Amino acid sequence: MNQHIKTSDIKTSDIKTSDMNRRQVMIGAAGLSFTFALGHADAAVLAGETTGKTLSPWISITPDGTVTIMSAATEMGQGSWTSLPLIVAEELDADWDKVRIVTAPPLDHIYGNPGFGGMMYTAGSNAVRSYYMPLRIAGAQVRRVLLDNAARKWGVPVEELTTKPNAVVHAKSGRKLGYGEIAAFAEVPAKAPEIKPEQLKKPADFRLIGKDVMRVELPLKVNGSATYGIDVQVPGMMYGTVLRAPVEGSVPDKIDDAKAKAVPGVTAVIRLPHGVGVVAQTAWAAFAARQALIDTVTWSRTGLAWGFDSDKAVDTFAADAHNLARPSRDWSSQGNARAAFQNAASVIDAEYRCDYAYHAQMEPLNAVASVAPDGGSVEIWAGTQSQTTATEAPAKLLGISRDKVKLHDLLMGGGFGRRGNRDVDFIIDAVMLSKEIKRPVKVMWTREDDVHNGRFRPLSGHYLRAAIDNAGKLTAWHHRLAGDRVGQFTDPVRFQAASGRDGMLMAGTDIQGYDVPNQLVEQLYRETGVRTNPLRGIGVTANKFATEAFMDEVARKRGVDPLAFRLALLKGTPRAHKAVERVAQMADWGRKREGRALGLAYIDYSGSQVAGIAEVSLNRATGQIKVHNFWCTIDCGVAIQPDNVVAQTEGSIVYGLGMTLTETITIRDGVVAESNFYDYRLPRMNEVPEMHIELIHTPNSPTGAGQMATPLVAPAVSNAIAELTGVRLRHSPFTPERVKKAIG
Amino acid sequence: MATNFTVNGKPASTEAPPATPLLWVLREDLKLTGTKYGCGTGLCGACMVHIDGKRAFSCQMHVADIAGKTVTTIEGLSPDSSHPLQKAWLAERVPQCGYCQSGQIMSAADLLKQNPKPTRDQIIEHMSTNICRCGTYQRIVRAVERAAKEA
Repeated sequence: MNQHIKTSDIKTSDIKTSDMNRRQVMIGAAGLSFTFALGHADAAVLAGETTGKTLSPWISITPDGTVTIMSAATEMGQGSWTSLPLIVAEELDADWDKVRIVTAPPLDHIYGNPGFGGMMYTAGSNAVRSYYMPLRIAGAQVRRVLLDNAARKWGVPVEELTTKPNAVVHAKSGRKLGYGEIAAFAEVPAKAPEIKPEQLKKPADFRLIGKDVMRVELPLKVNGSATYGIDVQVPGMMYGTVLRAPVEGSVPDKIDDAKAKAVPGVTAVIRLPHGVGVVAQTAWAAFAARQALIDTVTWSRTGLAWGFDSDKAVDTFAADAHNLARPSRDWSSQGNARAAFQNAASVIDAEYRCDYAYHAQMEPLNAVASVAPDGGSVEIWAGTQSQTTATEAPAKLLGISRDKVKLHDLLMGGGFGRRGNRDVDFIIDAVMLSKEIKRPVKVMWTREDDVHNGRFRPLSGHYLRAAIDNAGKLTAWHHRLAGDRVGQFTDPVRFQAASGRDGMLMAGTDIQGYDVPNQLVEQLYRETGVRTNPLRGIGVTANKFATEAFMDEVARKRGVDPLAFRLALLKGTPRAHKAVERVAQMADWGRKREGRALGLAYIDYSGSQVAGIAEVSLNRATGQIKVHNFWCTIDCGVAIQPDNVVAQTEGSIVYGLGMTLTETITIRDGVVAESNFYDYRLPRMNEVPEMHIELIHTPNSPTGAGQMATPLVAPAVSNAIAELTGVRLRHSPFTPERVKKAIG
Repeated sequence: MATNFTVNGKPASTEAPPATPLLWVLREDLKLTGTKYGCGTGLCGACMVHIDGKRAFSCQMHVADIAGKTVTTIEGLSPDSSHPLQKAWLAERVPQCGYCQSGQIMSAADLLKQNPKPTRDQIIEHMSTNICRCGTYQRIVRAVERAAKEA
């Protein structure tokens, strides 16, 4: 087993919020524990009682020198289990070999992500970005408490002391005290020591940040011992499946369960509000009974999506976006774009379209729930991107308080946004079935369930216009987007908190970084009834396809090299300029290649600067595009784990490639048409390009790294095909049929 | 009726009905959860094991098919993560979410057994049976090359 990881066994019911107001620190045989509320302006070290019973700590030090650090973020492969504790350990000057990492219990007021209004939510490439400064300050505060105690013990000024990993050192007298030794006698001030940002370590002094330590859970992932939600078994557990309604809002009508009940091992078939549940003694019996139900359950035609057809809708969306008379709301604006278009010497315009896309995390959704026979509490085992929603929704369903929900958050076999929705559909299935049968149940979705009940990247139609003045300058930019609402469906709470602005649909419509004086983005929300969700890259994947392909189109129509055109517009933003300039050098931009061509894209993704170049060829007979090489630069400020940033960027590119070439979800009469990996095609090894990734190191505060390159791929490939053939691909994904039709 | 077979060098037995996929016997009865469920249709490779020394999709192999056979899962590849592929997988920092990696490693082990010095193209062809949604493919190629070199 790996020395670093331990699952939290702290019960939320043991913890009282009022304890957070006492400014003491727990001292006792167990050593020192420190906690603090990230949301509080003073980020102070707060306190518990000497018993240690009522405090949930962030950092604990035991007399044997073990340093335990809570992991507030969940792990889906992005590396947060390592990177957040590493930030604490850096400023604390802890010995990484003595660090233990414990998954934090669902206490928003202690562990909540400042980037998401204090909810515990691992998404949006936001963990390092939002926790970086508060965790550094906390680590530095604890180090300072240890220094002060050593100074008192030795009777020397604290200024004479330094630390080395896990020890305080007095160089003058050659004395040394281990952190564990200090923990055994330490007294802690009533008020936390103040640490100013300038007192933090200088990046040049980092021992852990930027050094690529082994990710803590990696050794468990090469021998089968890593535990995901789907691997959990608890005593007395039954197996469950749920045949869910084909359309959101539909309910089971007639249920003929004779065939399902005849499957040996099936113990119950249960009508649920959103489907039909099966409980069985074995997993296979539960799957077989679910299969038997498919033809024997009928569904109500309630729900908005019935009659909806995505192939028709995408054309309607694009036409609505194109028709300026169709009502819209301004999403963002700068200068006066409307006036600039009236005064333009010429206008260039274009339409773009994007299909629904599916997460396809490799671990199908699942959860184990054990509802107490009296319904007064529940224990849940699941992989989740949000400890908040994973406990809040079950509590609401059972009519109990959140502290009666005990959550074991486990490794996720991929998340990509699917495991953080407000209603945690995949957990609720298990809670409902366990409540019915009064025993623990493991509910597993089949891959077909996972596809049919997917929550997709929205469908979108885009209309873009560029105004050019007499001097040939790009003076105004106009983007109208028609697409499904996302925020309202996936997280009504956060949507409301954002004053009804749907960032998940609209993110990336801006052209951040480019010097275009007048800009206008309009939204046309479409209530389709289709289940939508943030998906790796959120709105940025569709919206940057539109904006970066259109940017290229404008350059070509004006007869300017697309690289030179972008560099001229990025003069005022040096980090962006550098990312683009460097990727062009890497790809040897000016060099012509026989039968192949290059396409470029650039994005400011929440502050991270990414640029990519695709090298493509095309089989004109089949319409098959091949991406041979992909060069990419990323500047995300300080890289906590540089090799992991590269790995995430590789993964982002592969993910983007699927959405660019093959991945499409089709809705017919409201129902998802695809089922499994034979008709929802993911990139395989023989389809991915050689990826050449360069990290541009800058001392800026870290920004995201988990999905930044995903939205580069579609525009880069569209731009490369335009260079190769003169034809513009406007509808992603660029399936062979669409490509053949476009090239004629 | 019990079906007897061998798993990771030890005798195993299951009372599961003959049509039950081996995958579920391994995971839920024998608690060898390193072998994963991904698609149930032999399309993703997350369930890859070795049967009588060759790779096989355990979701496509029924209990009726495995009587008397020898099954190796990721847990049986080495007792201590010392297989050259496991070492190479860590050296190249391959896993992200890690869910598909047992299957990837079992596929790669099958390749190296048949062909200890595969070319890059042979690696890519052989490994394209296995899907990795995190997109670790480039590192998988490097890890297989490393293992072939260091083994």
